[in-house]
Amino acid sequence: MDANQNSDSIIQIDEVTKSFGKVKALQGVSLKVKRGEVLVIIGPSGSGKSTLLRCINMLEFPDGGHIVVDGTPVMHKRTNINTVRAEVGMVFQQFNLFPHLTVLENVMLAQKIVRGRGREEAEKIARQQLKHVGIPEKADSYPTQLSGGQQQRVAIARSLAMNPKIMLFDEPTSALDPEMIKEVLDVMVALAKEGMTMVVVSHEMGFARAAANRIVFMDGGRIIEEGTPEGFFNNPREERTKSFLSKIL
Amino acid sequence: MTTTNEKIGEGRLFPSTSKLEELPWWALIIGLAAVLIIFSILTTPLYRDAFDFIREGIVTTVRVTLTAYAFAIVGGLFLGLGRVSKNVIYYNFATLYVELMRGIPMLVIILYGAFVVVPIGLQLINGLGSWLTGIGLAGLGATLQQVDIQDVDMSGRAIAGLAMGYAAFEAEVFRAGIQSIERGQMEAARSLGMTYVQAMRYVILPQAFRRVLPPLGNDFIAILKDSSLISVLAVRDITQLGKLYRARTFSSFEAYNIMAFLYLSMTISLSMLVKFIERRLGRGR
Repeated sequence: MDANQNSDSIIQIDEVTKSFGKVKALQGVSLKVKRGEVLVIIGPSGSGKSTLLRCINMLEFPDGGHIVVDGTPVMHKRTNINTVRAEVGMVFQQFNLFPHLTVLENVMLAQKIVRGRGREEAEKIARQQLKHVGIPEKADSYPTQLSGGQQQRVAIARSLAMNPKIMLFDEPTSALDPEMIKEVLDVMVALAKEGMTMVVVSHEMGFARAAANRIVFMDGGRIIEEGTPEGFFNNPREERTKSFLSKIL
Repeated sequence: MTTTNEKIGEGRLFPSTSKLEELPWWALIIGLAAVLIIFSILTTPLYRDAFDFIREGIVTTVRVTLTAYAFAIVGGLFLGLGRVSKNVIYYNFATLYVELMRGIPMLVIILYGAFVVVPIGLQLINGLGSWLTGIGLAGLGATLQQVDIQDVDMSGRAIAGLAMGYAAFEAEVFRAGIQSIERGQMEAARSLGMTYVQAMRYVILPQAFRRVLPPLGNDFIAILKDSSLISVLAVRDITQLGKLYRARTFSSFEAYNIMAFLYLSMTISLSMLVKFIERRLGRGR
């Protein structure tokens, strides 16, 4: 691969395929994400958008193709996937906070055992990140004592504390009550403005309009169309995109 | 009178006519039996004689139970991790062991452990000793070579058998506990860059341990009861001393009443403790 040509791409996905039994989730998807770019992937359920996202940090192992994250070929056998994952934060639909640990400990754990930071440093960074997402006062609560929106913000802080180069969001607001969606989206918009590279699978068109540099529409395990938010929402080219947008907008 | 009663009874699945039916009669009866036995021990020479003889076995029963249980927990954790492992050798080894042990009666496992596994194990240690001597580690080698079957008494062999069997049960408890933790926990831990072992150690197992505490407690009661089987090895536990006392005095009634009383007082108080822990954990979540 030509290094100069791709130097601004932090994620390169090339002809990736993935099947679950007979279901073909990804049928040859290629995609590049630039450093500092905010990419939003939309599409109907079962279109393979979550699978694509989970392939980037190898939570799903693709059947074929190539994926390079920050210069590292993640599907290569010799690659230590843990060092790649430490640089790639992920936020899940179901938050997945560690219920046996306090909020502060949730944000500190991976810092200590993956980054090898000392207790004091990890705590300082954890408190900074909790402030960053707007809930420094919840440091000593347990996850079950928080609302869904607060839990998701802790999950974002937990990822950010690792100082990742990329953040992946897998439908971060889909499990939230409507009145809590905004507080999470606000954090994500702020993060986008700070220049974080973000790949977001979401149904939140408001967020896509406000924060995305580029939108990718997937269906049936393929990328149907991609473009800037204005072009995508105002002048979709493909029939499939038009019918999808007419249903959700 | 009858009409009001009927009104109160309405809406209940089993209308009760009086408070008497709600009393835990079973507990009262057990308590009464306990009082009766204690009274007999204090007042009847025959019962006191039996009690003084058999109670010597409590220490052995408790010691064998605790030691075997500790080994079973450690072995069970190791095997349970194997049962959920993706490593083919580890998984198959653990599964083979669990399936074998669960299919053999505990009494047979105890006999097998005492007269097959322990002697073979000692021979292996002797062999290791001569090998070590051969490569120049004469000191350690000689010590290992001198280990003799006489050095392991029957209670040690009994512990080996019980631990072997119960390790398989605890393995299944740990496996179920680990598998009951949502998949997202492992994914979140791994996505933060933790290794599989780190994720297990810091995220999955601490949660799994809380969930398996009640079943582990129940298995402790079970191993306490099964420890009576070691009397076949002539280990002087409660059961063995009860049998001896009966053989010596022909007072079966007193001997076996005392035996049952001793086991029951231990198991009932333990099961109350398990219920208490269960309730406290339930509140925490």
